[in-house]
Amino acid sequence: MTTCPACGHEMTQAAWHAQLFVCPNCGAHQPISARERLLSLADENTLCEIGADVVGKDVLSFPGYESKLSAQREKTGMQEAVMTAQMKIGGRDAVVCVLDSQFFMGSMGIGVGEKVTQAIEYAAAKSLPLIIFSASGGARMQEGFFSLMQMAKTSAAVAEFSEKGGLFISVLTHPTTGGVTASFASLGDIMLAEPNALIGFAGPRVIEQTIGQRLPEGFQRSEFQQAHGFVDQIVPRGEMKNVLASLLKLHEGGVRRA
Amino acid sequence: MIRTMIKELDDLELALQSASGAERTALIEKREALAMRFGQLTPEQKVLMARYPRRPKVNHYIDALFTDFFVQRGDRQCREDTSILGGIALFHGRPVTVLGHKKGSTIEENMACNFGMPGPEGYRKALRMMKQAEKFGRPIITFIDTPGAYPGMEAEERGQGEAIARNLMEMSRLRVPVISIVTGEGSSGGALALGVADRVLMLENAYYSVVTPEGCASILWKDPKKRDEACAALKLTAQDLLGFGVIDGIIPEAVGGAQRDTQTLFAAIDEAIARELAGLDALSAQELVEQRYAKYRKIGLA
Repeated sequence: MTTCPACGHEMTQAAWHAQLFVCPNCGAHQPISARERLLSLADENTLCEIGADVVGKDVLSFPGYESKLSAQREKTGMQEAVMTAQMKIGGRDAVVCVLDSQFFMGSMGIGVGEKVTQAIEYAAAKSLPLIIFSASGGARMQEGFFSLMQMAKTSAAVAEFSEKGGLFISVLTHPTTGGVTASFASLGDIMLAEPNALIGFAGPRVIEQTIGQRLPEGFQRSEFQQAHGFVDQIVPRGEMKNVLASLLKLHEGGVRRA
Repeated sequence: MIRTMIKELDDLELALQSASGAERTALIEKREALAMRFGQLTPEQKVLMARYPRRPKVNHYIDALFTDFFVQRGDRQCREDTSILGGIALFHGRPVTVLGHKKGSTIEENMACNFGMPGPEGYRKALRMMKQAEKFGRPIITFIDTPGAYPGMEAEERGQGEAIARNLMEMSRLRVPVISIVTGEGSSGGALALGVADRVLMLENAYYSVVTPEGCASILWKDPKKRDEACAALKLTAQDLLGFGVIDGIIPEAVGGAQRDTQTLFAAIDEAIARELAGLDALSAQELVEQRYAKYRKIGLA
């Protein structure tokens, strides 16, 4: 048995997985691994992972980073905080890239930046729609300036992809903050969010320290971002595949005039 | 410590003006010893130099290096953000768009420009100026000096992250030359939002980092007092970054910092901009965009 961390509702492990880690009682969306997310979206037997060998590195010889990376790899079985796959969703091809908050808080260093960029370039080369699920604490401190430059690199890749007429659907999940919010994650043609995800540039603690007061309930959550004009729709995890399939369908048949 | 050293140097220079004979020789020796210490600054000392209040600010650079400056204000959506200063000007008689983070030298000046921490309106104003530069074929010169984008409620409500992201994306495609000079603090996405450039130069005592050293210490070690360790670990000095091959050049400062002998500093920046512009002028718009893409594409890939 397992319990929902938000409301304490009890259910079996199998039910918890089948619900995609969304509590059937209170609707809270708990973290889902990149692998399970990809599987939840792909039509049967269509998922093909790409770029599995791209990883981050300790480019600054940052104190403690190497061992922390190893520990993260051991804990999650992942090499980096992101997985990319080509798949069919509702019968239509797409490149799907998923950041995983359970690996190093989904932070973006060279490995994540490179893998996201490769996904964008792959989608551009194959003329496929691109879907990126973000979940990130922001830039990875331990790669310093190099992490910062991943923001420029990924944004430049989105720009080039977009110029070619590529469709980019950005899905913001809990939490999407810092350098990921301030780069590719905010640049989708279509912006979706999971319910009640924390989405912002500065973290709530930093803002509270700066302004010297408590933030109101719901500040920087998906519903707040939608109300302020930054999100098209909030989509519960269970409906995500259908919404994406429908969006892919809506982007077929347009003709770009020369 | 840095302030004491700068004060010591100022006092020495003053004393030298009236000293002669043996006293003068002694003072010169003292000055040389001090210059040695300035030549061996630690990363945390360089960060303090980068933040030194009397350091030249964007308005000083604009006044010294350009003529006919026409200031442009407002994002055309909701407000004017005084933490970004910019407009159209002539550089060596040629129209350019020049802009940068605005910091002040005094508390009052800093209050008026929010300590160089823009909100989304500032970044959108900057983007508006840059797109206009592209329309009229003007090169763009940006001066970077910020502790970061402002972490406030209103900034978040109006899309701080989106504004920065948009600048990164649009700057990567600008069909005119872009030169960025980090003159003081180059901290986080708030700095980079003016910095996706064909050439990135740094002043000798400037720093460029994913986060302020205090922010890094507070996030990683839950202790902002570990700033000095963070300064060393982040490899944020101009010398470190040139060593990694991720910036294009360093502009030297006088012994004791950029606020001393500004004439020589301005001349060096003038020459650097002229040189880089001459090189970029040889490229077509398509080549500029392709080479800029390639520049950022390869950072961090050995």
